Amino acid sequence: MLEIVNLHARAGDKQILNGITLTVNPGEVHAIMGPNGSGKSTLAQVLAGHPAYEVTGGEVRYEGQDLLDMDPELRAQAGVFLAFQYPVEIPGVSNAYFLRAALNEIRKARGEEEIDPVDFMDLVEEKLKLVEWGPEIMSRAVNHGFSGGEKKRNEILQMAVLEPKLAILDETDSGLDIDALRIVANGVNKLRRPDRSTIVVTHYQRLLNYIVPDFVHVLAGGRIIKSGGKELALELEAKGYEWLTEAVGSA
Amino acid sequence: MADRSGGVGVSGAILQDYVATSRDAGAGAPWLGALRQAGLDRFQAAGFPSTRDEDWRFLNLAPITGTSFRVADTDAAGVTRAALAPFLYPIPGVITLVFVNGRFAPALSDRHALPRGITLQPLAAALAAEGELVRRHLGQYATPVQSGFTALNTAFVADGLFLRVSRDTVLDAPVHAVFVTHSGADGVATHPRNLILVERGARAAVIESYVSLGQSAYLTNAVTEAVVEDGAYLEHTKIQRESERAFHVGTTHIRQGRDSRGLSFSVSFGAAICRNNLDVVLDGPGIEAQMLGLYMGRDRQEVDNHTSLLHAHPNCGTREVYKGILDDRSHGVFNGKIYVTPEAQKTDAKQTNRALLLSDAARIDTKPQLEIFADDVKCTHGATVGALDQASAFYLKSRGIGGALARKILTYAFAAEVLEEIPYEPVRAALEAVVMSRLEARTEG
Repeated sequence: MLEIVNLHARAGDKQILNGITLTVNPGEVHAIMGPNGSGKSTLAQVLAGHPAYEVTGGEVRYEGQDLLDMDPELRAQAGVFLAFQYPVEIPGVSNAYFLRAALNEIRKARGEEEIDPVDFMDLVEEKLKLVEWGPEIMSRAVNHGFSGGEKKRNEILQMAVLEPKLAILDETDSGLDIDALRIVANGVNKLRRPDRSTIVVTHYQRLLNYIVPDFVHVLAGGRIIKSGGKELALELEAKGYEWLTEAVGSA
Repeated sequence: MADRSGGVGVSGAILQDYVATSRDAGAGAPWLGALRQAGLDRFQAAGFPSTRDEDWRFLNLAPITGTSFRVADTDAAGVTRAALAPFLYPIPGVITLVFVNGRFAPALSDRHALPRGITLQPLAAALAAEGELVRRHLGQYATPVQSGFTALNTAFVADGLFLRVSRDTVLDAPVHAVFVTHSGADGVATHPRNLILVERGARAAVIESYVSLGQSAYLTNAVTEAVVEDGAYLEHTKIQRESERAFHVGTTHIRQGRDSRGLSFSVSFGAAICRNNLDVVLDGPGIEAQMLGLYMGRDRQEVDNHTSLLHAHPNCGTREVYKGILDDRSHGVFNGKIYVTPEAQKTDAKQTNRALLLSDAARIDTKPQLEIFADDVKCTHGATVGALDQASAFYLKSRGIGGALARKILTYAFAAEVLEEIPYEPVRAALEAVVMSRLEARTEG
């Protein structure tokens, strides 16, 4: 599904990723953890094609294609989805209009017909249940005036409607209270499928109580310094990041 | 006087019309005759402004000053309610006064019973019925010396909206004054004149629309004077949807008293040349005022917004947000003057002016003009000119939406962010649809 080899990237003069290598197979859930500034959000944004980052080395293959060579919208149309840490507000544009436009762009790229508004609302009605929302959210402007928790739920709703093959959740747990966290995690879990892979970027182990990963990777200084199973997350929770980053620093 | 050739050239025709109009409007209380004469004298002396005047230097008025406009006939025949429908908004309880070619058209208007304490009339009727009250206010705020256009309007004072909301009275639903110039009106000029008096502690909302049923090249030269007395509240919305061959010069002068609140909303879509003058005078302490605007230009449209805000007393807060979307070879001007006198301590004034240029040939001249003579004040201004927001663009791309569709959505959002502050949902929805249809037309073209 996704093969990251020796990925280097920078923002302006600042080198952030210093050689990430990671393979994600279909159906797997990978957690990327690490202290602030370790590069984990940068990795998420580079995969989605954020223009603020420049890839300075390495390669990323997604379903056999050179992902880095694709414009961000083409990546999305090919099934890559980034749930933003800070979702953008789009005043005046309803959730319904926005999501239908996105879905139709993706369908067109797949050579499918556009979905008409009635079928679309039927589809959305199902997906809204995943995030425990009623239909009224669809007439509100995208993220405009939403609380932090609502914005994160909206990201999961979009993910549910767009049905990506590779979902990247960038600190989706930050700023969520326990109820919102449960709703968001529950939505993600229900979207797990054997052919859908998920990368969960998070600072805290808390989210991983709900979304149980197959693999946990610890990032520091723009590199993966340790990988393991889900128990690694618990170890990090107990010990913090220092024992790992110090070990790497002294090595 | 050579540089005033435009003004001199048209003055002969204007003089004839002036004589005809003043005879027609008849009534002439001596004070009114004197007011009109003062307007005419001033216009004849000063003429139209030109790019040599600091306040007009970004706007080429030659297409206006070079045209010999005649006063419009006032026949409302041919204007139907159905034809006006796109310009009316289904606001519950709205009172609609329609003016065709500058004169009140009762058959097209919807007036219903008003609470005591509210006087709503065409100005022509108020000149007779409320002569003394009108005399005390008319021409006292927007004066002929301010510009040749105001002088000309004053010379032709005849009709428009007159609204008085007396002390502590609340007008629940807005008044919508619709000024329509009908088709086949090439070369005519109308001079609507509105007077709005919101007395102590009263509340009112007025929407002024300037629209056209055809694609004629005519001149609308409107002046509105509004007095918002102590503790009163006025929402004033001006919607300019003239023909794109027309010329629109609109002057709005709002004088606010102590502890009053005011909201001015200005939307400009039409006219080949549009000039909006908004003057807000804060004539007392503790006043709040908001000035919001949205304008769109395409083809070779010229849209000029000049706003002026006078902080003359302490503890007043103002917020100004103007946004423009300019396409093709259109040209925008924003000049936002904020004048803070030495007495106006604790002034809090925020001004934001943003323009989106959708084509390489579109232009904007933008000038914040802060003149601050008090030391304990908070005045901020920000101006941005440019292309669409990158963070938003990336968000759309990350959802598979790129190219022209992303541009359309983000441009729409840029406009909607201002429109959402319009107090009435039906107005907001209709104007959002206008924005969307213009953007759709662009995508297809």
